[in-house]
Amino acid sequence: MTRYVMVADLRRCVGCQTCTAACKETNATPPGVQWRKVLDIEAGQYPDVRRIFLPTGCQHCDEPPCLEVCPSTATQKRRDGIVTIDDDLCIGCAYCAVACPYEARFKVDRAEYAYGAQPMDNERARLAEEKIGVATKCTFCAGRIDAGMAAGKVPGIHPEATPACVNSCISGALRFGDMDDPDSAVSRLIADNQWFRMHEDQGTGPGFYYLWDKGQ
Amino acid sequence: MSTHSPHRQASWDWRAAGNFIGGGAGSGLLVLGFAAGLPAGLVAVAGGALIGLGLACVWLEIGKPWRAINVFFHPQTSWMTREGIVAMALYAVGGGAALLNSPGLLGLTALVAAGFVWCQGRILTQARGIPAWRAKLTLPLILATAAAEGAGLALVLAGPTGTEVPWLGQGLALLLALRYLVWRAYVARLKAPADATAAARRLDTPLVLAGHLLPAVLAASGLAVPAGLLAVAAGWVLKYVLVTRMGLTQGFTLPVTPARGRGTAGPGVRPGWETGP
Repeated sequence: MTRYVMVADLRRCVGCQTCTAACKETNATPPGVQWRKVLDIEAGQYPDVRRIFLPTGCQHCDEPPCLEVCPSTATQKRRDGIVTIDDDLCIGCAYCAVACPYEARFKVDRAEYAYGAQPMDNERARLAEEKIGVATKCTFCAGRIDAGMAAGKVPGIHPEATPACVNSCISGALRFGDMDDPDSAVSRLIADNQWFRMHEDQGTGPGFYYLWDKGQ
Repeated sequence: MSTHSPHRQASWDWRAAGNFIGGGAGSGLLVLGFAAGLPAGLVAVAGGALIGLGLACVWLEIGKPWRAINVFFHPQTSWMTREGIVAMALYAVGGGAALLNSPGLLGLTALVAAGFVWCQGRILTQARGIPAWRAKLTLPLILATAAAEGAGLALVLAGPTGTEVPWLGQGLALLLALRYLVWRAYVARLKAPADATAAARRLDTPLVLAGHLLPAVLAASGLAVPAGLLAVAAGWVLKYVLVTRMGLTQGFTLPVTPARGRGTAGPGVRPGWETGP
């Protein structure tokens, strides 16, 4: 079996937002829609103040609450753990958006552009009408993974089969791969470090592991 | 305080609230109107119209309204699909009750309406991204307010139709007391971001005084119509606030903060909540 997961090493992330920009560039998401984002969180009280950069987005859960609620079956989960949306089935009810504890889903009801009513050339060229009025979210760059694997590449190792955000990460904070492969980088990172997953109490089984300290 | 605190969900607005408002009031009327022995045809038409208005509201909200038929594709787990299927059954049976003015068919419609409002409550509790909705007492709250609204509407309709229902005023008072108790229990147990609990607290006093105490007093005084209307209005305001004001997202939680550089790991953080992780 294969279970693709993302690992975010919170000790390494510097909040540069390169992954954010890479996602934006790759997926041509409209203004206000950010499938990969890095939250800049301040915590604590002076003098013990901490700043945390938290990469987040769709967690491609084991038990996706978005899939459970979706009335149209547009949301599905692949055998490799990637959660997908069928644009042609989705009715845009946004039930999935309120069911997701990770604020990972978006819906825009009209085409919007970065600089007002007129699109720039690149926006006009990449406008995806099929994504207007339906739910959208991070796909783990599923198309890229599939195409890369078809060409004999390995997700998490070869850039051609790895999500754009991971490829762009300057500090190696974001890693991607198959958790069911004990020799994969993500498996080793998870085994060798202390980690948590967000909102586990909701029973979602998120596929996004946050490393926060070395292993004990 | 972080700028990434929970925020009010923007996916469902007044149109979604309208579905819960119309659906709850219409279902409540079908159940209580049948129990009170009101004219079957009138109750079936009025209840069905309220539910239909609610469904029309939500139809206006979806991004692809001409694909609305797809809502029926996932009865295995989606309470929205189940709501749609039950609505179809309700209109089939309720249509018969309206055309034939049949109390028997209205009874069957009332049964289906109870199922419909149950689905609506489960739609909210299934929304795991919104703590104020996924609370265990959201379902009883939706059911209790539907019953109170139904009693209020039945009381309003009883006079013009010339139906003598001696127990209806007391019934309304009883259902108001039930809704009050469920509301208080819901607020007391609510585990939600600070802004959601603040919205509940702001609603509390006017809801209790104008939406429960006053209509109960009016009903006891024999002023049926204002009592009924107030009971209904309070339920509508409650659901509007629940959907549009208390619907704050979960936000983000770190059970620990990471060790960076030579530092050590620190305590967790949950921005926007009164309680820590």
